[in-house]
Amino acid sequence: MTTTTPTTPVNTPQGPPARPLGKPFGRSKLTSRGIANAVVLIAALYTMLPALWLVLASTKNADALFGSDILSFGDFSFGRNLSDLFSMDGGLYGEWYVNSLLYAVVGALVGSLISVAAGYAFDKYEFRHKEKLFGLVLTGVMVPPTVLALPLYLVASNIGMVNTFWSVFIPVLFNPFGVYLARLLSSGYVPNEVLEASRVDGAGELQTYVRVSLRMLGPGFVTVFLFQLTAIWNNFFLPMVMLSDQHLYPLSLGLYTWNSAATVSPEYYPLVVIGSLLAVVPLIVAFVMLQRYWKSGLTAGSVK
Amino acid sequence: MSTVMSSKGAAPPSAAAAGPPRRTQRRQQRVAAAVLLTPFTALLVGVFLVPVGYAIYLSLFSEDHEGLGFGGGRTVFTGLRSYLSVLEDPSFLSGFGTIALYCVIFVPLVVISALALGLLLDSGLVRLRRTAQMLVYLPHAVPGIIAAVIWLYLYTPGLSPVIKLFAQADITIDFLGLHTVLPSIVNIALWSGLGYNMIIFYAALQALPREVIEAATIDGAGGIRTALQVKVPIIRGSVVMVCMFSLIGALQLFTEPMLMNQATPMVNSRFTPNMYIYDAAFRRNNYGLASAASIILLIVTCVLSYIVTRWSGRRERRA
Repeated sequence: MTTTTPTTPVNTPQGPPARPLGKPFGRSKLTSRGIANAVVLIAALYTMLPALWLVLASTKNADALFGSDILSFGDFSFGRNLSDLFSMDGGLYGEWYVNSLLYAVVGALVGSLISVAAGYAFDKYEFRHKEKLFGLVLTGVMVPPTVLALPLYLVASNIGMVNTFWSVFIPVLFNPFGVYLARLLSSGYVPNEVLEASRVDGAGELQTYVRVSLRMLGPGFVTVFLFQLTAIWNNFFLPMVMLSDQHLYPLSLGLYTWNSAATVSPEYYPLVVIGSLLAVVPLIVAFVMLQRYWKSGLTAGSVK
Repeated sequence: MSTVMSSKGAAPPSAAAAGPPRRTQRRQQRVAAAVLLTPFTALLVGVFLVPVGYAIYLSLFSEDHEGLGFGGGRTVFTGLRSYLSVLEDPSFLSGFGTIALYCVIFVPLVVISALALGLLLDSGLVRLRRTAQMLVYLPHAVPGIIAAVIWLYLYTPGLSPVIKLFAQADITIDFLGLHTVLPSIVNIALWSGLGYNMIIFYAALQALPREVIEAATIDGAGGIRTALQVKVPIIRGSVVMVCMFSLIGALQLFTEPMLMNQATPMVNSRFTPNMYIYDAAFRRNNYGLASAASIILLIVTCVLSYIVTRWSGRRERRA
């Protein structure tokens, strides 16, 4: 696993950057270089063009969206769309945005604290049935959240929790993959000698965890947080099953309902487009800013 | 949870001599482990074990609607009857058929293209590697429902610049037709997953020992041969893992077809197993049926990941 201190980027080969590969002769080297770059360029265009379309389409009103050329800016309505977006249906979009932030940011924060604590305990302490319990964690990793959505709904409806904030918030805290990852990271980031030293100093176990270990686990914590943030922001099946009150919807479910409305009343189309664009922004920002963390998480998951 | 800790502490004896008495230390460690594990264990029980148990329970009972409208139904034990009716339901089985066909197209496509990109990035031939990685990866940060919205609009006649472009060349193309709708859904998944899987392969390739590759080059192997015959076999663990996650992900297919369901009659309301479950629970209000279908999907998923994990583990050990 490639764990790093925050100052060195992950996955940068330490040796000389250019490795002798292929036949090092002028023309064939040049051709293969050209082909390689062309293929990667095509892949980048494939991934970027739909995103670019979303950006361009967000500047069009309903008529222009259906009528005109995507590249013509004759009728630039980005501002108009934006104000429509937040005023439509009594400002529901703003509420969905706040809900998504609450579910995802607060949920991922609390969830990662819980997962990292559990992963750390699995790594550093011995207790009865430890490996059996960890086996259960691994089973949890294998079970995708969508399979649990209906069973969760059945339990929630039995105890009268359906259609509440908590019916979505509590299940998303459960992140067995985070525990698995935290156990790996804890054995990599927190040397046992540090715990020994802290014990010799007479510090309590929990005190050591909060003051010393958690700090050393910082980068690992961010990794777990990012994974969970994405998962919750993407969450669709669970809120769809649990919620019927539009005021509790996250963005994913809200945009889905607006999209169904658009098939009847096309004035919703530009709103779904610009609403989607704004809904993507927080994750993109998080990913670009915290690049090295998700990469170290991916590597940890794949190598072990 | 039974956080009954054993008497075996993590601390080696040497440390105990200097610190507080050993017994106190062990007790402290037991308490700490219990405190750190309790929230997670509560979640494990509350949102995993109990719901699965309850779904199993419900799948074995069903509402008896004899006194229709008068005092509601009573719950009777029906054993495996719900399971039988799910397994005999052609629309449930066709959902798995859809998934199978989807996998046949999607898995090779995503694995081969992600692997090719990973190898190209690793070969040192590509310029602006970090930027390229970032651009190809970014769709993964786009939520599934939004990826589906973007592509759905790119598939919709009138909205789509792609269809307009084809129309200018006098080609009529219907992305949501009988034979094209599944490839169209595959394309959404490919768009979202390509960069993610590329990074997994690239990271695995970067971790390869340089000597192996240099040895192959000195032996006169060309770039492509080195890639296919030396590098790919070494990272087959990652390849198997990507296949496994793609398969398991495919079984959960819901968001994209659910959105397509609003746009084209080619995607019916029981198109995939998860849509079947949703349909059974919320359109037909048959919780017994929906629970049984959920449990079946759960079992299929677990068996699949278990088989693939074991298989890849065995191959790794043999290597």
